[in-house]
Parts: sequence; C-alpha cells; structure tokens
Amino acid sequence: MSDAEPLLVLRNIRKSFGRIEVLKGIDLTIGKGEIVALVGDNGAGKSTLIKVITGVHKPSAGEIVFKGEPITLKNVQASRLLGIETVYQERALADQQELWRNIFAGRELTRFLGFLDVKAQKRETGRLMRSGMGLTSRAITVDSEVKGLSGGEKQSVAIGRALYFDADLIILDEPTMGLSLKETERVLAFVRSIREQGKSAIFIDHNIFHVHDTADRFVILDRGRVVGQFHRSELTHQQLVDMMIELHEAGQVAR
Amino acid sequence: MTSVASSAKDQAAETQHGPSFLWRNRFQIAIIGMLVVLYAIFLIGDWRTYTSFDIYRSFMISIPFFGIMALAATYVVTLGEIDLSFPSIYGLAGWVFSSVYVATASFPLAFLLCLMVGVVGGLINGLLVTKIGIPSIVATIGTMFLWRGLVNVLTQGQGIPIAQITNDPWHALFVGQIPLGGPVVIPAQFLWFLAAAIFFGVFFKRHRFGGHVLFVGDDEQSARMMGIHVDRVKIACFVILGVSAAFSSVFLLNQMLFFWATTGDGYLLTTLAAVFIGGTSVFGGKGTMIGTFVGVLIIASLEPGIIAIGLSGFWTQFVYGLLITISVAIYALMLKRG
Ligand SMILES: Nc1ncnc2c1ncn2[C@@H]1O[C@H](COP(=O)(O)OP(=O)(O)O)[C@@H](O)[C@H]1O
Ligand SMILES: [Mg+2]
Repeated sequence: MSDAEPLLVLRNIRKSFGRIEVLKGIDLTIGKGEIVALVGDNGAGKSTLIKVITGVHKPSAGEIVFKGEPITLKNVQASRLLGIETVYQERALADQQELWRNIFAGRELTRFLGFLDVKAQKRETGRLMRSGMGLTSRAITVDSEVKGLSGGEKQSVAIGRALYFDADLIILDEPTMGLSLKETERVLAFVRSIREQGKSAIFIDHNIFHVHDTADRFVILDRGRVVGQFHRSELTHQQLVDMMIELHEAGQVAR
Repeated sequence: MTSVASSAKDQAAETQHGPSFLWRNRFQIAIIGMLVVLYAIFLIGDWRTYTSFDIYRSFMISIPFFGIMALAATYVVTLGEIDLSFPSIYGLAGWVFSSVYVATASFPLAFLLCLMVGVVGGLINGLLVTKIGIPSIVATIGTMFLWRGLVNVLTQGQGIPIAQITNDPWHALFVGQIPLGGPVVIPAQFLWFLAAAIFFGVFFKRHRFGGHVLFVGDDEQSARMMGIHVDRVKIACFVILGVSAAFSSVFLLNQMLFFWATTGDGYLLTTLAAVFIGGTSVFGGKGTMIGTFVGVLIIASLEPGIIAIGLSGFWTQFVYGLLITISVAIYALMLKRG
C-alpha cells in the first residue's frame, strides 16, 4: 500500500441497539502514522464506534476499508489478525487471573494441540513488564493477579498487551481515566511513541489538553454524528475548549 | 516504543518476588489439610477398619460413579454457571445403555449411543444458556425434570436387569478387578477416574481451553473483547459434563448390573458438594482440579467414616453440612483477604 493511502476508512457507519440508533452515519479516515482523537460528550458513541472497528459490534450499515480492502469483521479475533489492537475503556482484564494469562488471553502461545507454552508466556510477559509497561515494582510478578494492581498498573498491562502484538492501528479508549498525573504522563508518552513507529492510533480522552498535546487531528462526535474535524494547526487549546463548551450548550458547532 | 524503565529498575525487576508458592496454592493446601485431619479422626475412631485394604477398595469401586462428574462440573462452576440436570442425563444415558445392550448385545453400540445422550443433553443446556439466554440454574432445573421425566415415561418405573453383561469382554475394561498381589485389588473404574483427573487437570491449567474457561468465568465482557468465543466455551463445558455423566452411568450399571428409573438421582448434591469443598468459587474465575479431586475423596469417605467412628448413619448429612459450611466459610475468608 502506498503512503498516501489511508490506513482505515469508515463510510456511513450506522449502529443501532434495538430501536436506538447510536451511530448515525459516521465517515472517518485514519492516515498512516496519524493519531486521531475522538472527542465528544459521554454517550456520543465513541466507544461504540471503536467497538465496530474492532469487531465487538457488527455495524447495522456502512463500510469499513482497512489497508485499501473492504472488510467485514466477524469477531474480535478477525480485527486482531488484521493488525488492530485495542485498549478498551473497560480495560478487558480478568481480575483473578495472573498477568501471564491476561497478556495472552484469546491468543495464547501454544506448543501442540493447543497446550499452553506457559514458560514462553511467562518469559514474554516478564520482558514486556520491564520494557514496554514499566512495571518494575518488586511486588508484581508475572504470577501476580490483576486484582491487586493499581489503576495505573492495570492500564499498563492493557497497553502492554496491545503493544506486544505489533499492530498497525492501536485504539485507546479513555486510557488516562482514573490515573495519577505521573501515570497519565506515561500513557501520553506511549501514545506519542506510536506515531514515531509509523503506526496509527485512535485516541479517546475527555481532557482537551491531553488531546491537543497528543493528537494530529481531532474528530468531534455528537450524538452519533461527526460534527467537526480539525487539524491541530487549525485550532489552539482554547479554541478547542470553547468549541466543546459551545457544543455542549448549543448542541452544534459552527464550522 | 518509549521505555520508561531505567536500567536500574530493570535490575530490581530481576530479583522481584511475587506471591509465594504457599499463598498461590492456599486453597489446595487447605483442603488437603482437611483430608488429613479427617483421616486422623477415622484412624483414631476405628484403627482396624482404616488400616485394612478392604475399605479403600470399596471407595475405589464407588468413587468413579460420581467423581468424574465432579471433575467435569468444576469447569461449569468455574464459568460461574451451574448444572442441576446432570443426574437426569445420567439416568437417561443409563437407560439408553441398558436398553440398547439388552436389545442388541453390543456393548460398543450401547456405549456410543449412551455417550450421544450426554452430548445432546449437554448441548441443549449450553444452547439454552448461551443462545436463548436463560440463567443456567433455571435452564437446568427445566432439563433436570425433562430428562428424568422422560426416563419415567420410557420405563414406566420399571428397572432393566443386565446381568448378562458380565460375560462381555468390554465389561472388564470398565469395572474389572486388577490384582496387584495379596489383598490388593484395584477396580478398573478407579484407574479411569485417575486418568480423568489427570486429563481434566491438565486441560484446565495447561491448555488454551482451560485458560478460556477461567477467563470467561472471571469476566465475560473482557473475554469477549479479547476475542474469546464465550458461547462456544460455555457450550463445551456443559457438553463435557453431560458426556461425563453418561460415561459414569456405564460404570455404575456394569457394577450394579441393574438399571433403576432413579439411577443417578442421588448424585446431585454429593457431586456439587465435592466441587465446593474443593475450593472452586461459585462466583467463577477460580477453580482447582486438585481441590475437586480431594473433595471427592472426602465426600466418598465421609459416610463409611461416620459409621466407623461409631456414630449412626443419621449423622451423615449433619457432618456433610458441617464440613461444607466450614470449608466454604474458610475459602470466602481467604478470598476476602487475597
Ligand atoms: N451494548 C449496548 N446496548 C445498548 N445501548 C448501548 C450499548 N452500548 C452503548 N449503548 C448506548 O450507546 C450510546 C453511546 O455509548 P458509548 O459509545 O459508550 O458512548 P461514549 O463512549 O461516547 O461515552 C449510549 O447512549 C449508550 O447507552
Ligand atoms: Mg466510552
């Protein structure tokens, strides 16, 4: 694929739960090496949109084109195989399971007939903890359960997992929620590093400052519609903040 | 990738210490301790009986009648689900085995059709729970009555004698007695039980499937987002339990040589009690096959043990209740702390 060709194109994506239409025709393009922020109020449909991209939800209508090919995602496995990794808002960890099980959940390292290569999973988890995740507390090992970890440590595990599989598109849904300042800094640094590796990201965050510092482009979502798209150079922090307030109060933005 | 960890921190990580072996295996250790205490009491209560081989032989004969189901039920309970219908599947599968054997004199055919009943019974439970969305406790109350009711209709309450099966070469494969010299005779079904324990244990903790069972039981939504086929995993667990129930009925029938319309009925609570005494959590996500194995040994030795120490059989249920209550209380406290 050529560099000019976008990595992901969504055309007129709709999604209804029962009679409620949550996504009302979304068009979105993600370029190669681009970090795109999705911003919008709670309930705007951000999480639903990314779950359509990862195959958790089937869209009711619309087209997804990834690396130039139209795709239908039967399940999450399918999107992972294509090179889409996700750090879900809910983190998608299992509390009572060890780290080495959580990192490889759903795509375990196996030796034969589906028997786990526990040694390899532990070794890789340990490596990842020290390099990618920065989990260096002495109290945490590959055998630790997720339950005892702090919010930031849990987020590190979720991010480390997304990192391990070397995806082309990494999606992060409110990754800084509930984190300390220091932990937040780490997560934002990680998001920026995605661009340096020539990969793409979709980044959802409520903090406009995080968004403005990190993303190349902002896509504003409101009640299931894209109501504005701006390049970072087009808007200052303050203009973005003002726009969000305006959207909140008036229910629309003037482009 | 930005590595925030400094090399000094890397060094520290090399020598880190996580949860200790004892702590990680606290449930297994607790139940093995319970078994040891229980046997100490039995030995003190009746030294002669508990130092002779006979009582252990009778344990080995009867344990597999419900023990294999307890191992399989550990998967279902670890999912955070429950199955109340397996004793009825046991009954229906047993009826199929007996009638087909009487009609055709073919052990393999009877055995195969019997297992099919287990597969179909488990499949129906799994589909009701995953595709229709009925909570498992409700769905399996339904199928429990359904299959037992079907047995009643089919048999009109009549039993089926199958004494002629003792001449079948397959008979010994299931319940033959293997002499090891002196008074030591191992019933074949106990070897099957041991094999099942190893098989289920390895699949549980060392196979992708067991990992998925743990993950789904722990957090179903997370499992879905990680691309685990949640429904498939659940259905498979119900099928495993159904097939185990059918398989177990073959041991019972070959030993008893008679099918009753009530065959399997008494095993519901003992089987589930073995799982819970073993330390598998009803909340899902945490289970232990070693725990269930020891739980089976405890449940099986309780009744003869109570008699051996000089109490009447009327005490049995009371002691069951005491043991179950104490053990689950201990586990709950452990979970709270851990
Ligand atoms: N699985 C679901 N079933 C029904 N409604 C849902 C489901 N998931 C999300 N919704 C609804 O869709 C809307 C958008 O939700 P969401 O995508 O989580 O918003 P955001 O992430 O932007 O806060 C909300 O009104 C929410 O209640
Ligand atoms: Mg959301």
